[in-house]
Amino acid sequence: MALNEDNQNSPEAGEKFRPVMFLARPFTFTGETVMGWINILGAATVFLVKALWVSLRPRQFSKVVKQVYYIGARSMTIIMLVSLFTGMVLGLQSYHALVQFGAQGAVGSLVSLSLIMELGPVLTAIMITARAGSAITAEIGIQRISEQIDALHTMQINPLQYLVSPKITAAIISFPLLTAMFDLIGIFGGYISGVALLGLNAGVYVHSIQAYVVMSDINNGFIKSIVFAVIVSTVCCYQGYFAHMRKDSHGAQAVGLATTSAVVLSCVLILVSDYVVTSLLI
Amino acid sequence: MDTPLIEFKDVTKRFGRRTVLDRVNLQIYEGEVTTIIGLSGSGKSVMLKHIIGLLKPDEGTILFRGKPVTGMKRSEIAASFAQISYMFQGNALFDSMTIYDNIALPLRETTHLKKAEIDRRVMARIEQTELTESAHRYPSELSGGMQKRAALARALITDPQIVLFDEPTSGQDPVRKNAILSMIAQYQKKFNFTAILVSHEIPDVYFISNRILSLYNHRIVFQGTPEELEEFDHPFKDEVIHSLEVLQKELTGLYSKRQFEMLNHLQLKRRTVEESYCLVVFSLVGLNAIITSVGHDAAQEAVRGMGLYIDKHFGAIGGFSTRRNTNEIITMLPYSNLDETESIMNDFVHDFKEQFLQSVQESACKLAAGEMVELMIMAGIAQGRSTVDIDSVVVLAKSQQKEIGRLSCAAGE
Repeated sequence: MALNEDNQNSPEAGEKFRPVMFLARPFTFTGETVMGWINILGAATVFLVKALWVSLRPRQFSKVVKQVYYIGARSMTIIMLVSLFTGMVLGLQSYHALVQFGAQGAVGSLVSLSLIMELGPVLTAIMITARAGSAITAEIGIQRISEQIDALHTMQINPLQYLVSPKITAAIISFPLLTAMFDLIGIFGGYISGVALLGLNAGVYVHSIQAYVVMSDINNGFIKSIVFAVIVSTVCCYQGYFAHMRKDSHGAQAVGLATTSAVVLSCVLILVSDYVVTSLLI
Repeated sequence: MDTPLIEFKDVTKRFGRRTVLDRVNLQIYEGEVTTIIGLSGSGKSVMLKHIIGLLKPDEGTILFRGKPVTGMKRSEIAASFAQISYMFQGNALFDSMTIYDNIALPLRETTHLKKAEIDRRVMARIEQTELTESAHRYPSELSGGMQKRAALARALITDPQIVLFDEPTSGQDPVRKNAILSMIAQYQKKFNFTAILVSHEIPDVYFISNRILSLYNHRIVFQGTPEELEEFDHPFKDEVIHSLEVLQKELTGLYSKRQFEMLNHLQLKRRTVEESYCLVVFSLVGLNAIITSVGHDAAQEAVRGMGLYIDKHFGAIGGFSTRRNTNEIITMLPYSNLDETESIMNDFVHDFKEQFLQSVQESACKLAAGEMVELMIMAGIAQGRSTVDIDSVVVLAKSQQKEIGRLSCAAGE
């Protein structure tokens, strides 16, 4: 009885079933979702533009260097490890595939082109997202919920200039450098598996790289890594900066969810933008 | 009256469906200490965040020196806010930076001062806030009280004209609470900034405040001096002030002025015209020297300890005490005549010298080499009647004051 009374008093109880409204629900949901995404995209773009604008102001150099060390230098070990084994696996797989056609001489070019054009930029970006991107979101998120960002406002320090801009600039510097390192060590990994372990001629391996890799391939790889740098750093900083505005959680939980969202969203956007950039560059 | 420094006109703020501020009107004047009191969650911090520009009102206007903030140019707003400093309730210290770096941050980022000058200013503030030994530690390595002092040092490093203190004493023990309030009062006098405090420390904030603003049911229900608040008749007083005063009595042994007057009034009503009472006035001479040389904590420890000690001795015979000002405590003995009071006083002085002064001496005297300070405790007794004004009895008791103890702090003791 009590339950019925409660139901009668609830706001939904007064609403009548309307077929038109019911049919319109999927469209309303789709519209709201799309509008929400456009809103976030717009906000993130404004966030990025503001952060890049203030990066030109003085006193940024030392902060950028510090972030390059944090995002770039401290990611080197993991990048070296991943790139070495990626190159070795690539060399191994491509050797066994090409040997069937008697084309094992092309292992060098296949490994190097795969790494330079695709795997290098993508895997580097994903590895940095996992290592540094998550840390950036968590750091900024904690600073937000503990009012440290508000404290910067009250001290007349622009939080975008002080916290966000150095990270984005450092990412733009670090990503191509780490990608270059990934490519180089990956090619060396291919050399180890192809030449040292499977007996391919070293001169053939190096010659096929020289013959097939052109400068535009390397440039395209770097363009991709810069695009990924902008995407990853913006997404990670944005998620942390607005962690307090999440509707699904508050406080420490919001920082945790923001970090998860930042990593997942960055990885998805890396792959989506990889396709878009590749199709534009080809 | 002068143009207010900050004025709220019908300011309303909502978070979703919840109204936090409802047509709030208030004035804050330059050079004064204004304290905002109210229950937890009543919107006091929200009000401060409107002043500093961290939040914007949904309705209404905020005026800065008579000029609406919404009508100002961006440069004017920036210039206005540059005069304001904010001490957060949770301190908002950067936990990845040392205390020194936290305090130096505003100078490094917003001025063009040279490293040596920044170092000089930061070290001066660190010394003033008694943080010298902790300068190169991280906030997480410090106690809550030390973190508060670090936040205070950071708030004052830019020599602001207006400082907002959001519950500067939250989470502190009674001694630290009074020490922080005393520090704020001292700096306010020294640097002559306008202080706006959010605090629950009743009646201690009365001693340092020029004006009190009372926030109740999302509105400002009272604006005026602490004395005017004593006369204010509103449900706010029972719900907010009374509950805070009871807690204060338990912690310090002293009643608020209002409670003291109420108890005195009840006693007078019960008595016939011929019946007399006794009043004792205790004064701590040299308390400011203790603050300067030993620190705020030691001074407040002495005052609180005295309050509890007086309550222990005189409370048992129906006496009740209040703090008249920062270094004066008055005790009313409604059932004792002059002879009895003098006899009790002798016992009190004996115990006071034997136990209290020695324990304070051991715990609070930490001075640099070559320094020496003295705190003299005076007490005077006077007899009064219901027909005589209590203030004249206080004056009489003060004129009868004699030294009852002396606390000497010297380096190495």
